[in-house]
Amino acid sequence: MWWDTLALAIREIRRRVLRSFLTVLGVVIGVAAVIIMVTVGRGATARITADISSLGSNLLVVIAGQHRGPGGSSAAPRAFDLRDVAAIADQVASIRAVAPTASRQATVVYGNQNRATSVVGTTDLYLTTRAWGLGTGRNFAEAELRAGKAVCLLGETVRGTLFGRMDPLGQRIRVGKISCQVIGVLAAKGQSSMGNDQDDTLLMPLRTFHRRIAGNQDVGAVMVSAAAQSDTEKARADIQTLLRERRHIAAGNDDDFTVLDMKEIAATLTGTTRVLTMLLGAVAAVSLLVGGIGIMNIMLVSVTERTREIGTRLAIGALESEVLRQFLVEAVVLSSLGGLVGVAVALAATAAITRTMNIPFLFDPGIIALAFAFSGAIGVIFGYVPARRAARLDPIEALRHE
Amino acid sequence: MSDARTGGAGAQALIRMRAITKVYGAGQAAMHALRGIDLAIHSGEFVAVMGPSGSGKSTCMNILGCLDTPSGGSYRFQEIEVPSLTRRQRALLRRHRFGFVFQGYNLLPRTTALENVELPLMYRGTPLRERRELALGALADVGLSGWEQHRPGELSGGQQQRVAIARAIVTAPAVLLADEPTGNLDSIRSHEVMELLRGFNRRSGVTIVMVTHEADMAAYAGRVVQFADGLVASDVRQAENA
Repeated sequence: MWWDTLALAIREIRRRVLRSFLTVLGVVIGVAAVIIMVTVGRGATARITADISSLGSNLLVVIAGQHRGPGGSSAAPRAFDLRDVAAIADQVASIRAVAPTASRQATVVYGNQNRATSVVGTTDLYLTTRAWGLGTGRNFAEAELRAGKAVCLLGETVRGTLFGRMDPLGQRIRVGKISCQVIGVLAAKGQSSMGNDQDDTLLMPLRTFHRRIAGNQDVGAVMVSAAAQSDTEKARADIQTLLRERRHIAAGNDDDFTVLDMKEIAATLTGTTRVLTMLLGAVAAVSLLVGGIGIMNIMLVSVTERTREIGTRLAIGALESEVLRQFLVEAVVLSSLGGLVGVAVALAATAAITRTMNIPFLFDPGIIALAFAFSGAIGVIFGYVPARRAARLDPIEALRHE
Repeated sequence: MSDARTGGAGAQALIRMRAITKVYGAGQAAMHALRGIDLAIHSGEFVAVMGPSGSGKSTCMNILGCLDTPSGGSYRFQEIEVPSLTRRQRALLRRHRFGFVFQGYNLLPRTTALENVELPLMYRGTPLRERRELALGALADVGLSGWEQHRPGELSGGQQQRVAIARAIVTAPAVLLADEPTGNLDSIRSHEVMELLRGFNRRSGVTIVMVTHEADMAAYAGRVVQFADGLVASDVRQAENA
């Protein structure tokens, strides 16, 4: 009997292919939209998380000045100096590495190639704090740092511009006004989530930078890597206390520096993305609802058209429940077919979107099963009213219907 | 519903209506379709019901076929008091005891003759193989072997009505109710259909109650009941014309 009902439903649907297709178009679009929104949203979240963790592992960035909101900018921020850095390294517990940095835009030249890039003076620990590997070559040696040797590490973008297919190791390039030997190339890191190219950079020993580029001893930012993820909160508080003390900030006054917790920024950004995903998913779910109303509409028309048929069935012994079931199964089959097509459309569209947006395609069978189940449920909910109307028909009236 | 129950008292009728009334509407606007019908039909009879439009014969047929309930009176079918049954019970009674033939054939459109005839068996839950066998047999009985896969639109009126008769008799019902079965047919097809009905009545003893306007169709029946103004005006047994 169930098989007969199903076969009947499929036959009724095949009988009117175009109408059936138009009927379920709403469900197709709804299901596809829900899956696309959620999958792309999750991919974007994953991308942001990956980007931010690529900034460094358990990274805290200490910068001079207040960076909270537009109104809060204080007077010219006092930079840090190397004693501040040493104090952080010595006195803050549960940190793995500390790297002072100072940076400036400068033009780098090799042969007839040149590029304006961000020149960063720092130490060998910079790579540890940023969780950054070397493509080729080596990191700064202790002696080079101490002596302020003119050596540098190239970001992948800078290497590409200056050297193309040539081997940069051992070559001398000009950085600003000084000549500098290339000792290594950083591994490619790609774009950050803010859209800037992290590989467009050049690293040199901080002492070299201070003496030959900047002409002062300022440390613009300090990279601090906490020993474990759970330590960032504590480390941040400790750094804050320490720096307030060292910079003689009276109780009640605001900090004139900022400790950025990359993990926190990541959480904020992914949180925002997640909310957006949910919002878009909800909008998509509304379109699924609209699709359901479309099904109800057409099923009601179908019941009216088939009144005589229903009357005949009732007269020759169909029970109300059997007529109800017949129309309900038809609605469910219809909407499930819509769901199936929607899933296929969503997978194709999501694959295309993730490729163009360069985000990972996180295939989630859960959301697909949910959207599909929902399309079936739509059939039950919106098929019920027309089906009940069919089942409640008076056979005598229905038989007379033209 | 066994023979023991129906045949126990010998003269016990298959269908027994007593003082059946049917009123549509209420108060001033009340329309009395039936004003007290007394009718007994025995197993194996072939009854023609005649009467002008509005005489109540269609209403009476609907009540007889358990499609409608009377406003008053008693209707016993095989000793079952029909008016006290629920909608569902009446549907089950139709499924298992009645066959219906309508003036407009009422075949399912875009469905083959074979599937149309199988339909009542499907509702009975007959297994597919047996269903197919019985339906093929019924179509052969009405002379439509070879037309099984045709759809109603591809069949003539006479053929469609014969499919409808096959659908009505395939379940071997106790009663076949025919509502103007020849109303849409020309004279030659009408006589073919009547021959068919009388054949079934004689061979398998199915009780037939048929509404008709035409006297020469009523002539096939062994008994003619005339309705007028919601009452039985006359009830005559006749020699069936040969």
